Amino acid sequence: MRHTLAVLVENKYGVLTRVAGMFSRRGYNIDSLTVGVTDDPTMSRMTIVVRGDDEVLEQVTKQLNKLIDVIRVTDLKSEDSVERELALIKVNSDVTNRSEIMQIADIFRARIIDVASKSMVIEVTGDEGKINAIEQLLRPFGIKEMVRTGKVALKRGQKSS
Amino acid sequence: MTKATEKMTGARAFIECLYREGVDTIFGYPGGVLLPIYDELYDADIRHILVRHEQAAVHGAEGYARATGKTGVCIATSGPGATNLVTGIANAYMDSIPMVVFTGQVPSSLLGNDAFQEANITGITMPITKHNYLVQDANELPRIIKEAFHIASTGRPGPVLIDLPKDVTVQEIDFYYPDKVNLRGYNPTYHGNMQQIKKAAALIGKAKNPVIYAGGGVISSDASKELIELAEKVKAPVTTTLTGMGGFPVEHELFLGMPGMHGTKYANYAIQESDLLIAVGARFDDRVTGKLKAFASDAEIIHIDIDPAEISKNVKVDIPIVGDAKWILQKLLKYADPSQSEKWLDRIAHWKKTNPLHYVPPGTGDGIKPQYIIEQISEACKDAIIVTEVGQHQMWAAQYFKFSEPRTFITSGGLGTMGYGFPASIGAKIARPDRVVFDIAGDGSFQMNSQELATVVKEDVPVIVAIFNNGYLGMVRQWQELFHNRRYSATCIQDSVDFVKLAEAYGALGIRATKRDEVRPAIEQAIASGRPTVIDFVVECEENVSPMVPAGAAINEILDLERKE
Repeated sequence: MRHTLAVLVENKYGVLTRVAGMFSRRGYNIDSLTVGVTDDPTMSRMTIVVRGDDEVLEQVTKQLNKLIDVIRVTDLKSEDSVERELALIKVNSDVTNRSEIMQIADIFRARIIDVASKSMVIEVTGDEGKINAIEQLLRPFGIKEMVRTGKVALKRGQKSS
Repeated sequence: MTKATEKMTGARAFIECLYREGVDTIFGYPGGVLLPIYDELYDADIRHILVRHEQAAVHGAEGYARATGKTGVCIATSGPGATNLVTGIANAYMDSIPMVVFTGQVPSSLLGNDAFQEANITGITMPITKHNYLVQDANELPRIIKEAFHIASTGRPGPVLIDLPKDVTVQEIDFYYPDKVNLRGYNPTYHGNMQQIKKAAALIGKAKNPVIYAGGGVISSDASKELIELAEKVKAPVTTTLTGMGGFPVEHELFLGMPGMHGTKYANYAIQESDLLIAVGARFDDRVTGKLKAFASDAEIIHIDIDPAEISKNVKVDIPIVGDAKWILQKLLKYADPSQSEKWLDRIAHWKKTNPLHYVPPGTGDGIKPQYIIEQISEACKDAIIVTEVGQHQMWAAQYFKFSEPRTFITSGGLGTMGYGFPASIGAKIARPDRVVFDIAGDGSFQMNSQELATVVKEDVPVIVAIFNNGYLGMVRQWQELFHNRRYSATCIQDSVDFVKLAEAYGALGIRATKRDEVRPAIEQAIASGRPTVIDFVVECEENVSPMVPAGAAINEILDLERKE
């Protein structure tokens, strides 16, 4: 089972090492980890996707909270959070199939951000399933290179009733 | 509000910070990048104990911390000085001992260049410190030192390391020592949840077979008095772990001894048949639980611990209470009614009678049984502080010494560090000069830090090292005997070291005892001498620690290993 954790940390040197080191030392598996600054420059926010059952999740959360530089850990349940990932995909293309690829990109509301004589680079944003889907469709053309950011996520706003 | 400031160097600020934290003793070893700091230490009002190896500095600081409850402080230079501290830092981390460790570092401008005596000590110690710092600007030094002492000594205590690049120690700053720390990511819980406490109290009142299982947390939160009062009020027997030893008086009728691998049979039987296990400041270590699935499998479990990450880490618990053991025990004392343990206490009394700790006692003129030495030290000096190395002698000390108060048993529990005891005993003796301090040692362990004989003689620290000399790395030999067909691979160290001459070479007193009747006089001579002393007790070489739970077995599957002649 996969869980997405939002981890607010002090924006100090070595914090990423502390967090990553804790995961490897205790034998927890990270699927993805992203980190960036927040609106408050003294804080960074990590989004960590971790694999494990509820007991593992509980231990991971507690061990994260033990790190002095970790300010808050939130378990983002998929039903009440929004998640996005960005991917750049460099795919083989020439005049014969360029328009076909552009159509696929269009369906996924992806953007073409580089076109060369033998390749194109497509930028796509969405949840994990969407990125997996476009990857599947582009594979037959030949994916030369691909990079994914890993998931970022935020809790949804309060629904008024 | 104006801040009172004063101009000074980083090195001077270091000293000022230590004064403000009430540090009176620091264990250390100098080196190139520490020259500015050692220049300030030269006439500072702080006792500096010069050890002969950095490992002894960190163990010494830990012994000091464990004997007093204060935060231990040590310092070593960059590179090898710092890496020599690693074992001791890991030891303090495993046993949750408050320490602040300072290391020198190459100047900031050289960091990352593989400079002479450079080691990335903050990187190396990240998994074995509660927190660590690399000081990048001397203006931050006072705040960092303030935070370090706060973090080390609060919540679940532990070691904090501060790495000091040389340029930071010569940088001039406006010194201001903050009176508060501001750490938004660190806020330990002290007060347990009252609802949980009341639920626990209700369970205790209904329990028929309760057992209290107390660990090192009882010592660090100074909760020994509350533990005794609670046990007496609710009529529950108490077992204390290796690091909890001293937290409950051994001669108390409710005491069960130590649980686990080399615990008493009756402690293990009691845990296994309990219907309510009350864990206080203990972490269900594998040496205590044996086979996890079979551990206290019929019991409901209350777990009191200051570290939420310990709750349900190894054993699923029914009522977790996160907070300070002393505070929570005080509340439990108020709300808990006596348990229904009359029949249970009768059964335990029966177990105690039929399965006591025992060994074949030596006759007059016989050789020396190691257990006998511990009994004799216990009789000769009941209020001694007992420090140990790691191995068979450590287990015998835990089994046979009659501890009556906390902070009198100082031993490497979690990490199991050979070579720990002698330097730790130096720290303990400096902290408690009024007490007789023994280092219970093996001939193997002692040789890991025997160079500290120079320190105890030079600094006049009269500890007594009692070497249980059996010519073997005894605990490993015991396992080879039991599980490897007596193939004593690399465990025989009958290398004819003359420990008496070794002691004398350093200027300490050396005594040898080879017969049972020489044991007591040797102990008394050592105590009376008031000098640093090594007693070479030549003991029976293949004596085993008994009883024993084989690795992987349930703790009630405990065997007698008594060697009959």
